[in-house]
Amino acid sequence: MNSIIDYVWLVPFFPLVGFLLNGLLRNSLSKPLTGIIGCGTILASFVVSVLLFIEVKNGHTGTVTLFDFISYDKTSIPFSFLVDQLSVLFLLIITGVGFLIHLYSTAYMHEESEMHFARYFAYLNLFVFSMLLLVLGSNYVIMFIGWEGVGLCSYLLIGYWFKNIEYGNAAKKAFVMNRIGDLGFLLAVFWLLAKIGTVNFAEVFDNANLELLTKNDFTIITMLLFVGATGKSAQIPLYTWLPDAMAGPTPVSALIHAATMVTAGIYMIARSNILYTMAPLTMNVVAIIGLATALLAATIALKQNDIKKVLAYSTVSQLGYMFLGLGVGAFTGAVFHVMTHAFFKALLFLGAGSVIHGMHHEQDIRNMGGLKKYMRTTHLTFLIGCLAIAGIPGFSGFFSKDEILAAAFAKNPMLYILGAAGALMTAFYMFRLYAMTFQGKFRGTHEQEHHLHESPAAITIPLVVLAILSAFGGLIGVPEFMAHHAHQLGDFLAPVFAKSTALQPAHEIDHNTEWMMAGGLSLLIIIVIALAWSRFSKYQKTEEEAGGFGKVLENKWYVDELYEAVIGRPTNAFGRMMEKLDKYGIDWIVNGVGRSVQYASRQARLIQSGQVGSYVLLMVIGMIILFAIQVFLKK
Amino acid sequence: MVPVLLILIPLITGLALFAIRQENTAKTIAFLASILSLAVMLAGMSIWNDAAHLTYNEQWIGALNSRFHFDLDGMSQLLCLLTTFSFPLIIYGTWGNRYVDANRFFGLLMLSQAGLLGVFMSMDALLFYFFWELALIPLYFLCSRWGGERRIAVTFKFFVYTFLGSLFMLIAMIMLYFKAGNSFAWADFVKTAQTHASSGSSQELAIFLMLMLAFAIKMPLFPFHTWQPDTYEQTPNAGTMILSAIMAKMGVYGLLRWLVPVVPAATFQYGDNIATLAVVGMLYASFIAMQQDDLKRLVAYSSIAHIGLMILAIFVPSYSGLQGVMIQMFNHGINILGMWLVVNAIEQQFGTRKISELGGIAQKAPVLTILLVVVALANVSLPLTNAFIGEFMMFNGVLGSTASQYSVIYAVAAGLTIILGAVYTLRMIQRVFYGELNTLTMNTREVSGYVQVVLSIIVVAILVIGIYPKPLLTLTSDVSQQILNKMILK
Repeated sequence: MNSIIDYVWLVPFFPLVGFLLNGLLRNSLSKPLTGIIGCGTILASFVVSVLLFIEVKNGHTGTVTLFDFISYDKTSIPFSFLVDQLSVLFLLIITGVGFLIHLYSTAYMHEESEMHFARYFAYLNLFVFSMLLLVLGSNYVIMFIGWEGVGLCSYLLIGYWFKNIEYGNAAKKAFVMNRIGDLGFLLAVFWLLAKIGTVNFAEVFDNANLELLTKNDFTIITMLLFVGATGKSAQIPLYTWLPDAMAGPTPVSALIHAATMVTAGIYMIARSNILYTMAPLTMNVVAIIGLATALLAATIALKQNDIKKVLAYSTVSQLGYMFLGLGVGAFTGAVFHVMTHAFFKALLFLGAGSVIHGMHHEQDIRNMGGLKKYMRTTHLTFLIGCLAIAGIPGFSGFFSKDEILAAAFAKNPMLYILGAAGALMTAFYMFRLYAMTFQGKFRGTHEQEHHLHESPAAITIPLVVLAILSAFGGLIGVPEFMAHHAHQLGDFLAPVFAKSTALQPAHEIDHNTEWMMAGGLSLLIIIVIALAWSRFSKYQKTEEEAGGFGKVLENKWYVDELYEAVIGRPTNAFGRMMEKLDKYGIDWIVNGVGRSVQYASRQARLIQSGQVGSYVLLMVIGMIILFAIQVFLKK
Repeated sequence: MVPVLLILIPLITGLALFAIRQENTAKTIAFLASILSLAVMLAGMSIWNDAAHLTYNEQWIGALNSRFHFDLDGMSQLLCLLTTFSFPLIIYGTWGNRYVDANRFFGLLMLSQAGLLGVFMSMDALLFYFFWELALIPLYFLCSRWGGERRIAVTFKFFVYTFLGSLFMLIAMIMLYFKAGNSFAWADFVKTAQTHASSGSSQELAIFLMLMLAFAIKMPLFPFHTWQPDTYEQTPNAGTMILSAIMAKMGVYGLLRWLVPVVPAATFQYGDNIATLAVVGMLYASFIAMQQDDLKRLVAYSSIAHIGLMILAIFVPSYSGLQGVMIQMFNHGINILGMWLVVNAIEQQFGTRKISELGGIAQKAPVLTILLVVVALANVSLPLTNAFIGEFMMFNGVLGSTASQYSVIYAVAAGLTIILGAVYTLRMIQRVFYGELNTLTMNTREVSGYVQVVLSIIVVAILVIGIYPKPLLTLTSDVSQQILNKMILK
């Protein structure tokens, strides 16, 4: 019975130990030791994850209960972990990509002092711990612990350079926007508890319990959970925190704000797939919100000049695709895209970090250009990342994106057309970014040019590994129309989505149509890339400001301004109003009661005049009143 | 035996301290006595955990048929534990504060502890009333003698306001006394309520309103809260800690022990009215908290919001919700104590509590910052902190409760405070601890060792309860079930 599954707790345990060591001993650890603790614990988790993966691949899954967390009445919420196909896949992504990013960080953060270096790794380890809880939790409450935990770590890491007020504001914004989503998640949990008295996945997804839920329940629960997903995974209307989150160190952007945390929403919906399948209305909303976010963010990315901002909006846009996939029932496709996206977006962010490192903290691509001469490895790997995200056939992004778009087509051709338009924009802004950064002439200062250098091995090794994964990672999900039974990922994940698959109408698209769609889109993408390449590889700095619509895009559709005007300012104004009401309204009444008592007693005191005559008069009046009452009551 | 010791230790110490003029001796004695109380309490929960040790029942005022009846059931144990756990932390955590006539200060502090413990153990209404006032009066002197600039006006209001509530409570208790056949015993009150189906009678309504007023002022419940921010602001910090960490729980405890089971029909009938006030108050206080510049007022309003949730979970009842209230009474106590200790440390060092005048402290005082951040995270009830358990169970209880037709609306509206809480708490952290240093905070020193120790104890408690709440939940499970059973009517 001693299966490796029983030791699943080791996976989150190692990063927790790393967090405690680096956090508590931060004043006495040297940088190399901090790095070894930080990376070593994640590597250990990765090794265990691989063993777990092999075990699951051999057909063993299981739940491991550590202790009873909260229980009341008949409801029991255990602290327990679920090891199955979906969670192991995420374990591999989190610990694998996580390890590479930890390794990268040892070089990227070397300028920090020992104490802050240790603080950084402590936060990073705590993040991995929380993320692992999120995907390993065998019920919604443990998932929620991880869910808020990653939000906290995101807050801490965005505001890592805490002296900077701007960064602090970005961190706060991220936390608050996530909290709005979290409230939705919590309410969904309470709804489930109220209706079926359990939140354990195995029980919730059990037919006996599903039958207790009405159509309305399904819609309410899935909608509320989706509100949670829009916060964590930066979808309309809660996406604006993610671009601001780029204030954090670049490896953080790669790990948290591209590869792992922001995909939590997709994981959660994929985990709850049966609930969503039972709520067609929510599915439509998810698909529409996903597509709208994908397009909106892509348009903004077209006009951004900060290398990280382009990638940030690109992330929002790609997450939108994943939700589109979920919304049209392509659960496998969405998870597939999570995986390939983790590879190429982590690669692109780390590449951007390498550029920023080489350029001494320059992030504006207008001041770059021609970097391919100076940074060969970074250049080549970045190019592979761009090809992958653009969806060039053969690269990983092609397979996952194609799977989502094909499912969208089957649902509604309109979804496909809009999705394809987004894909073209993606190719355009990515190659605009690539060409402005690496092609043409260097546009920075002489000082910068003099110091330009390729980054050290701790930075380039992760780039190379991720580039290989970005190039070939898609081959585990080759679609049916290209090769019979070659979608290994689909076969692997099939048990998780079995119930939904059985309920969904099978929509086969003709293989010829698929070939035409994939081929046509690829051709268009190549044309768009050529266009962007030719236009931006000879980019010259101009002082002109963008006018008209370009300006709207540059300013991100003014959504932040809109939120500030509609929510931020009125909330504050309301608060000030309430404060006034408290002081001059409620408290005034309270004091008024006191004042009137004092006033009354001052007046009453006058009756005690000391004149016998007035006392007699009062006595007579009193007797008359008493007599009147007597008479009145007798009647 | 345990109840008697719990009363006598602080009572005798308190009286004795008036005779000891030496400041440090007085402080040390107070601290040791508070540790002794804690030890007795812990013994009561472990080796002496049996009826013989935990109850005390003797004749008090024979003519009135009032008895010295103490009982330590799960809920009483929880709150006495909170009280005895908090006092050593309060005394040690403010060790560096200097007072004129320190012996009297600590004497009053100890008398207040005796009163509080008596309140949480009394099973006789007259006795309850007696301790209720005993707990209040020392606090009044603490504030009026050692308080801030506006202390006289503020304490006068505080005293008159809460005393007014107490008087109504006394009237209600006397009415109940006659109703229960000339008995002040809690058990008789409850028995009468369960046998006489006097639902809807105007007498019961009157009793309900008078008790409710007393408890509403004490907790406080919106709109009876306006004494609180002023009083918290003006009272010396050690007094504020007692007021908010423990004394606010007197009101919540009062509801659970002396109102809900005693006038269940009226509670049921008017539950929605009180619940609405609670929800409005939660939102109201959260919005105001966002505007505060004084740290103490910020925490004061935040506390109104947190207490509001407890009231809501009591009047929209369910087992989960009541269990949440129980554990949250304890959690709120130690968490707000942590907040006050940080505020006190800041005030002692910089001589100000204005958020706008501070900034950048994290650069110079990382330990204080880390401890504060954990306490603040508990304040916004992040998972794996103790407050998450309480809030989770309360929200869950409210939303799933069948007692009110508005339960979902209540839960959603109250849920907004989860977001607002994050807004004002993070804003405070950022303005005070992050950012650049200014001229005032340029020479910030790390917080003293003893404050670190006390805050660390609180942080450990926050995490331990947050990760493994079961012992505390088990402690109160029977009481919660009993209260719920007495509530379900119709």
